[in-house]
Formats: sequence, structure tokens, C-alpha cells
Amino acid sequence: MKSSLAPFIALAVLALVPLMGIGNYPLHLLIMVLLWGYVYTSWSIMGRLGMVSFGHGAFLGIGAYVVVMGWNSYGLSPWFGVPIALALTAIVAFLIGYPCFRYKIVGHYFALVTLALSEVTRLIIVALRDQTGGSLGATPKTALAETSWSLGALQFSNKIVWFYVILVFWLLGLWVWKKVDESMGRLALEAISQEEDASASIGINVTRLKLGVTMISALMTCIGGALYAQYQLYVNPETVSGIGISLQMVFGVIAGGMYVRLGPTVGAAFTLLLAEGLRLGFGNKYHALDSTVYGLMLVLFIIYMPKGILGAAMEAMGKRSAPQPKPYSR
Amino acid sequence: MSDAAGNAMLRVEDVSAGYDGFQALFGVSLEVNAGESVAVIGPNGAGKTTLLRAISKLIGVTGGDIAMEGRSLKSVPAHEVIGYGIAQVPENRRLFPRLTVAENLKMGGFLPSARARHDERLAYVYSLFPRMKERSGQLAGTLSGGEQQMCAIGRALMSGPKLLLLDEPSAGLAPVVVQSIFEMVKRICAEGYTVLIVEQNIRQVLKVVDRAYLLETGRIKQSGPSAQLLASDEIRKAYLGI
Repeated sequence: MKSSLAPFIALAVLALVPLMGIGNYPLHLLIMVLLWGYVYTSWSIMGRLGMVSFGHGAFLGIGAYVVVMGWNSYGLSPWFGVPIALALTAIVAFLIGYPCFRYKIVGHYFALVTLALSEVTRLIIVALRDQTGGSLGATPKTALAETSWSLGALQFSNKIVWFYVILVFWLLGLWVWKKVDESMGRLALEAISQEEDASASIGINVTRLKLGVTMISALMTCIGGALYAQYQLYVNPETVSGIGISLQMVFGVIAGGMYVRLGPTVGAAFTLLLAEGLRLGFGNKYHALDSTVYGLMLVLFIIYMPKGILGAAMEAMGKRSAPQPKPYSR
Repeated sequence: MSDAAGNAMLRVEDVSAGYDGFQALFGVSLEVNAGESVAVIGPNGAGKTTLLRAISKLIGVTGGDIAMEGRSLKSVPAHEVIGYGIAQVPENRRLFPRLTVAENLKMGGFLPSARARHDERLAYVYSLFPRMKERSGQLAGTLSGGEQQMCAIGRALMSGPKLLLLDEPSAGLAPVVVQSIFEMVKRICAEGYTVLIVEQNIRQVLKVVDRAYLLETGRIKQSGPSAQLLASDEIRKAYLGI
């Protein structure tokens, strides 16, 4: 960590990992960590500034389902499906965000409104079962019958391709985080999360700024949903929308630490290993055991490690760029 | 009551305002002229804070009008009020507790027009309150009450305001500190800022300002130069306990 080259070396090593012939399963795990790391990073861009959303399952679901439905029902390439999903996400984020920010629905109340949003999205997906496959989920029609990849359908049978695609988006997510962090907007948003009225009085357009950050976060999450659908080639209302996945995002981010840039990614690795561990350890015998464990651990993290794994680790190492204290702690 | 009828800096005219289902102000009118320091005094619950919140557009005005230098603030949203040269030091300071003192001050000059003059104004605030320079890297939430008040005033000054609104600067502070707060207010007035201050510490504030209005249950009951109010029987009996 001594030189500023360290991150680049680490990145180069990471980029070479899939070429070292690690098995399909480890590669899959790595892709999932990066993909969820990207999604969690997207969530944190607004979450760390005092807007705790339990509604990101909605944006993830829109990204996944619009792209898959467009392809299956209308033969619409994901290249067109993604912009449509983004537009729809922007509309939904605006419809939820504008009234909340305009009428100062903050904190727990904001969380509740967004919680409803992700559940409504799941119910809509289930209700439209003729088009979406309902709770059984849906599989994009394969374009890989005769070839191993199709750029038009955004389907690649080779996991290594996906690794690099998702690596790029993950890096992009970290870059957006950095840009937001360096802007005057970050101070302004922190100010808003601490004292909303005083922020307005010093000239911050609270509604517009909050809406802007929400848009960035929601649109990035929507892309995450589309990537997930195209990579897994299977979507299910439970895994891309609803309360479960929304809670998992919040849990992952809190576990990893939302005040350091790599915190959400560490959280993604942690949740994934936890989920895989529970799956291997208990099989499918105890359904919903994972949710119980998440809930329990969430409580433990908030009490004993509010800065998350990476945040606490960096603090222990006495790093110069110590993470910010949590907004909930006094 | 005002000699400069045509060119008051701030003119509050027949303003009514309140909260959901509860009216707090009933046709309040007052004026603040450039260079003046004016207080709105009155007991708890008289509507003093509501009046300042109405001026800074943090709550809606249901009747009447507020104008700054002749320009109505009627349809101006809260975040644009500062663009009219009105800076507020809110009740209980309302600092950003987890930003440092320097960051709090920086946020005071958030407007693009103020950002260009950040360094110059920061130096000015530090010269006014050297304590703030010593504490610049400290989180604002960890300051003492008096220091927080300094920081809040400093934050307001960073926008280079024409009019400073001070909401109960002495509230919640120890008696010893209250004394120094009024010294501070006196200095701000002496610096030439136009000040509108709301206070229930009537005796102290009347020693500092030029003029005052007495607000009771949402209505202006009396007004005049500070000395006159200090001498008034009604105020002496009701508020000063003499």
C-alpha cells in the first residue's frame, strides 16, 4: 500500500486471474462478487449520503425483466432493451424520489416508501405471469444454438468474456463513486443528511441534488439487473426484485462498510461466501435459513461493527483515509 | 414607525403563516433598514422562530408578502433566498455535526458566486473568530455551545450576506456563554451588517440592537427604539420582572 501503484498492480493481478485456468465455479464466484460489488456500490452512492433505500430491488428488477421480456416477446436486442429499461427506471426513480425529497420524507419513512416500491415491482412481475413467467422466472431465448457468442443478443457462453465485461462495469461504478465523492455535491449531500433545513438556507437545492444522486444510483443498479440477467440467462422475481434482494443489498453494504470505496465489494464477497456456505452446509433442508442468518448478522454488524468489515479493518490499520463515522452514531 | 418608508431593506407586510391547522402569525408587519440591527422579542411560543422561518421560506406564507430590497420573496424557494443576500443562523445552530469547522464554513459559501471569494471570506471569518481557525479541523458536533454559535455565524457570513437573520442565539447556552454571545452579536452589528435577531432574552438583546418589535401570540404588540422599550412599563413588568 506504500506506492500509488499498488491499486493498479492489484487490478492487473485481478484481471489476469481468469486466464490462470481457475475452474468454472471459482470464476463464477468471482464474477458474482464483481457484479454484486457493482450493484452494492451503486446502492451506496445514495445510501452513504443518508438516503437508505430498500427499493433498489425495483431498479434491478426493471433492468433484468425489461431486457429479457423485450428479447423474448418482441425480439428486441438488449442493446435496445437496456435504454428502455434505463428510461423506465428513471421514470420510476423520479416518481418515487421527487415527492419524497420535495416533501422531506427522510430516514425511516423514506426507507418504508422504498420498501413498498421493491415489493410492488415483484408483485407486478409475478402478476404478469403470461409475459414474465411469474414466480417460476424466465430464461432469455438462447442465441447460442449454433455459436458460442452473440453480440446482438448479448449472450456469451464463455465466462471469461463476462468476467471482463463485469470488471469494466465494476470499475466504472468505483469511478462514479470517486467523482461523486470529489464533487462539492458530496459535502452538500452530507450536509443535507445531517441538517436538511440548514442546507436549504445556505443555498443547496435539496430536492434537485437528492434526485440527481438517486438517478445515478438507480440507473447504475438497473444496468446491474440487465447484466445479471444476461450473465445468468435466468431471472426470477425473487432474485432480482422484492424485499429479499433489497434487504440483502443493505445487509451486504453495511457488512462491508459503506464509507470506504471498496466496502460494498467486500460486502458482496462476504454475502456471497455466506450464502454459498449456508447452501453447502445446510443444503435446501432449511428454507429461508439464509434470511434468518442475514437478519441476525445485520443486527450484530450494526451494534458491533457499524463501519463494516473493511471500514473497521482500515481503522484498525490506522489508515490515513479513515472512514467517516456512521450517520446513525452520535 | 419607520422613517424610511420607501427603502427598507427587508419589508415584512401583513404576513400570516403557520403549520398544518395551526396559525402562528397573524398579519405581522415589520421593516429592517440597511445598516440597522433590529430585534423581535417576545415570550416562548409567540411566533418569533416562525417569523424567521417564513422570511427564509422554510415554511410557506399564507398571507401578506415579504420583500428584500423591493423584490418579493413570495414565489422564491428556500434554497434561493440566500441569493437575495439573506443568510440565516438557525435556532440551535444547526451546524453539520459530522463535517469539520472548515467544511461547515465552506458550505456557508456554497453558492457559485460565493465560492470564488471563499479564501478571502474565510480569512475574514477567522479574523473575526480566531477560535474557529484553531478548531478548523475539528468536527463541528464536538464544539462547545458558544463555539458552535461562532461557527454558525461564521457559516452565515461566508455567503457575504446583506442581511443576517439570527434565531435565538442565546438559546440553550450557559449564562456565562450567553454574555459572550451578545458581545459577538454586538461586534457583528459594528461590522456594519444589517441584523434581524429573534430573542427571548429581552434585557440582553435590547442592550445590543437599535430597535425592536414585541411579538405576542403571533401579533406585533409594540415597537420602537431599544431604549424606549427598555423603559416601557409594560415590558418592564411582563418581561423584565421589575
